[in-house]
This record gives sequence, structure tokens and C-alpha cells, in this order.
Amino acid sequence: MTFTREQVAKVADLARLHLSETEIDSMSRQLTSILEFFDQLQAIDTTGVEPMAHGVAIENVFRDDEKHPGLPPDEALANAPKRAGDFFAVPPILD
Amino acid sequence: MATHPFEIIVGLEVHVQLLTESKLFCSDGTKFGQPPNTLVSPISIGMPGVLPVMNRRALELAIKAGLALQCQIARFTKWDRKHYYYPDLPKNYQISQYDMPFATEGYLDVDVEGKTTKVRLIRVHLEEDAGKNLHDDHGGDSLVDLNRAGMPLIEIVSYPDIRSAAEAGAYLEKLRTLMRDLDVSDCEMQEGSLRCDANVNIAITKEGKTYKTPIVEVKNLNSIKMVEKSITYEAGRQYDQWEKDGKVIGQAPKQTRGWDEARGVTRPQREKEEEADYRYFPEPDLVPVVITEEMLARIKGEVGESSQQRKDRYRDQLGLSEYNASVLVDKGRGVADYFDALMSHDIDAKTAANWVINDVLAHSTGRIKVMHDLAVEPSSLAELIKLVKGNKLNLNDARERVLREMISTGKDASTIVQELGLEVVVDTAAIEAIVDTVLADMSKVVDDFRSGKGKALGALVGQVMKRSQGKFPPALVNEILNKKLGVS
Repeated sequence: MTFTREQVAKVADLARLHLSETEIDSMSRQLTSILEFFDQLQAIDTTGVEPMAHGVAIENVFRDDEKHPGLPPDEALANAPKRAGDFFAVPPILD
Repeated sequence: MATHPFEIIVGLEVHVQLLTESKLFCSDGTKFGQPPNTLVSPISIGMPGVLPVMNRRALELAIKAGLALQCQIARFTKWDRKHYYYPDLPKNYQISQYDMPFATEGYLDVDVEGKTTKVRLIRVHLEEDAGKNLHDDHGGDSLVDLNRAGMPLIEIVSYPDIRSAAEAGAYLEKLRTLMRDLDVSDCEMQEGSLRCDANVNIAITKEGKTYKTPIVEVKNLNSIKMVEKSITYEAGRQYDQWEKDGKVIGQAPKQTRGWDEARGVTRPQREKEEEADYRYFPEPDLVPVVITEEMLARIKGEVGESSQQRKDRYRDQLGLSEYNASVLVDKGRGVADYFDALMSHDIDAKTAANWVINDVLAHSTGRIKVMHDLAVEPSSLAELIKLVKGNKLNLNDARERVLREMISTGKDASTIVQELGLEVVVDTAAIEAIVDTVLADMSKVVDDFRSGKGKALGALVGQVMKRSQGKFPPALVNEILNKKLGVS
């Protein structure tokens, strides 16, 4: 199974990543070899095996509905490349 | 209304924010209208290395909603990541439910002008909300407030069973009442705790053939009125478009349009990602949920009597009309609770229903969440009704004067009756004395009556009531007048 250059470009676009032509080539090769591992897994006969929804056999981990004070805005915004007042500022979004 | 050569087909996707103290996967508060970025934590702003933990109450409220919507509740449900890039989504994925939602296949019966339509539900799933972007009209930076990021939502997806704008409106009203009655959500559209997208297309019948137009998802609907207006507009627009290009479903991609309230039109929005583009996969940070019979039984207990059961009880056991039973129940649990409370003060069902529907509701403004939001306490109203029943107060005075005064001053009924001098006089001799003077003064009217003009009696009753300053019980005045005139 190969992961084509077109597929790389599409996934990169969805992830808002700008890849150069060489990066697309190397990503295509790397992702193809990852998919080949899955081909090996696909070869295993899983007839009669219940699919798992999660890798760990634990369920129902809850917390009580209690609120705690949030981060102070200065801490919450500490890593923001840009802020405006207590808002995160981002380049204009065009709908 | 003009008849169109087409049928409207609508499916609604409704997001309802659950009434919890804290967010779905972290303990930030959920109060609306707080200063920006104050209800945030490392989890809600998407810091690396954090772990979400599910809010038990949010799951319980979601199940409660699912049960009330007659859904099948899954015994096993899980979380998935839905990926897309937008500044209000700091993790770049939303935790949602994809292939195993907690509830499927429910329905809601919707009444429009006496006709009931069953709107079936495909599914109800839980998910976290995104933050909020504020756009600058002058092309400056967009601002992001993450207070809303991670708030608990359920998304209720209907089948395309809705056939008119009015049905869509009635569906939303009914859903809102139900969610409020169950304390699942406060459903304030202007605060965003109820949001709706409409999938609209039309089926055109022409020369015996049917053409279905491509589906358009209409967004930016901030009130039930807007939902209705946009559906009507969009149906007409699709008809015009079809006349121009003849394109039917499958020949054009699903389009997203936004409602422009100022201009009353829908306008194209950015093209939606295809489902595969969301790259759903199971959320590794959250373990699955197993819903046990005990849990379901406990939540069913919380749901209590359904609206339909309550209507049936009012109609079948209390003998109310279908209409009165529906008004009392459809106005919300606060109104029906008020009615029950009024009856508990020894007021019979029909009288109580008339007072609640004709008077109490007319005097109540704003949203009725609980019965105490209504204008007057049930015990005080019961006192007023008893004064009328005991012939101590005329019904008209009770409704037009005493009740108004009770609401504006908060005083009790008997005090107001005394202050306004409205006590009914049940003194037969006093009534007879006034009747005699009226009969003497209005001999012409008396003659009219005797010569067969039945209507003349009304003038005589009116005059007696006027001279008594409204203090005589009308029934007694009628009886005495009739006696004096030699009738019956």
C-alpha cells in the first residue's frame, strides 16, 4: 500500500501544513512504510475477535461535577503569540 | 399563503448546552457572560500532556434527554476525535462521538394547527463546544475567547421529517420546553445554549415527475423565528435556482449558507469539509462508557412523568378539555406545577384551569421556569377564587380589579376587596329596595320587557348593578328582578 504524493498534499492541507516538494516526497515514503506495518497487522486472522474500542480494558472513569477556579488570564495567555486585552489575537478569520 | 409547486424537506441539527457546574472534561466553570479567558484551564486551552476526565453529571443529563426523546440508549458508548483547524478549537480536534453515540432512534411528536407530525431522530451524541471568535469588521485581528471551549453539548439530529417552517418552529419550541422541564438545559438561544442548523431542500413535482434539489445546510440561526424565516426563504431560493439550472440532488455538492437577518436572505459560506476530512478516530485519552441498568433506572426516575402522560392525566382523570390540558402542559412544567398547586388548595380542576390560562398566564411576563415565576402565589389565588365561589366577590371584579391589585401590591385578596369596597352585598332586602326604585324609574323599559323585548331585562339588571356600585351578586339580582316582573 502506498501513500501517494497527492494524499500527502491533501492531508497536509487539512492539517494546515505547508510542505515543500522534497518534504512531500519524503513524507510519502515514510507514510508508505508506516502503512506497510498495518498491512502486516491486517494479515492476522481476527475472525471471532470482538473489536476493541480502546487500548486499555478500563471503563467508566468519571469525575464529579465540581468547578474549580480557572487559570488567571495572564497565565492562560502566556504562550499566545499575540494578545489583545485578555483575548488571544489571531490573523483575521474570513468566513 | 401562496401555494408552491413543491414540498419542503427539513432536517434539524440542534445543539443543546447541558446545565452542569463544570465543563465536559475539566473543572472550569460554565457561567455565561464571564470576562474573556477566565473559565479556562490547561485542558480547555489544549496544552500538551493534559488528560481529559469525563463529567459524570453531563453523561446523566445527556441520558435523561435521550430517554425523554424516546431514544434507544446504548449500553456501550465511546469518544472520538474530530479534526479540523479553526482558531476557536485549541487542540485542533473536538472530542465528540462518531460511530457509537450514546442515544439513537428517538422521536418527538410535533403539533401544528391540530395536526401531529412524528419527527424521528437519527441520533443524540455528546460533544464538547468550541471557543468563540470575534471578528473585526475593519480587517484587524480576530479575537478568541476560550471560555466556551469544552462546555458540554448534546447534538440532536433529526431525520428530514419536517415539512414546513411552522413545523420546524414547533419542533424547536417543543424540544426547548422538554429540555427546560427536565433541567437538562436552559436553552437560551441568544446565549447560545440552544443552537440550530437546518438542512433544507425541496421536492418539486412537475408533469408527474419529482425533482429533489441539492441539500443546503443553513447556519447562523439565532432564534426560532430566524429558523422559520430562513427555511421559507431558502425553499423559494432553491425553487428559483432549480428553474435556472435544473440541478437535482447529487449534481451539486452539499452547500453551507448563512442566514443574513438584516437582509432576510441566506448567503454562501465556506465549503464544509467532507466527513472523511474530519479524520475521526477513537479518543485514546478517554476510556469507553458502559451504561448499566442501575444507572438507567435511576435516571428514568429523575425523568418522572412525561408531558404526554401529564396531558393524558389532565384530560382523562381531571376532565379538562384537550385544549386546556395542552396549554397547561406545553407552557412548561412551571405552569403545570402551578395548576397542580392551585388544585391542592381545594379548587376544582376546571376552575383552576380557567384561572391559570385566562388570568395568571396573561399577567405573567418573561420566562416561566418554576411556578413561582408566575405572577401570584397559588395559595393567594386560591383565596381569591374562594371569595368568588362564596358569592362574596363578583367574578368580573375579581379578574379585572382584585387580581391586578394583588399582583402590583402583593397584598392578599380579602384586604384588597375591603380597601376597594368590592364586597358583594347578599342582603335580599337591600337588593329588593333598589330593584323597586329601578322598576319605578324605568317604567318604559319595563313596558318594553312586558311587550316581549327580552333584551330589556339586561338594561334593568345593568341599572341595578350600577346603583349597587357592583356590590350585588348578579345572579341574585337577576332572580329578584325576574320575580318582581312576574317571570318564572
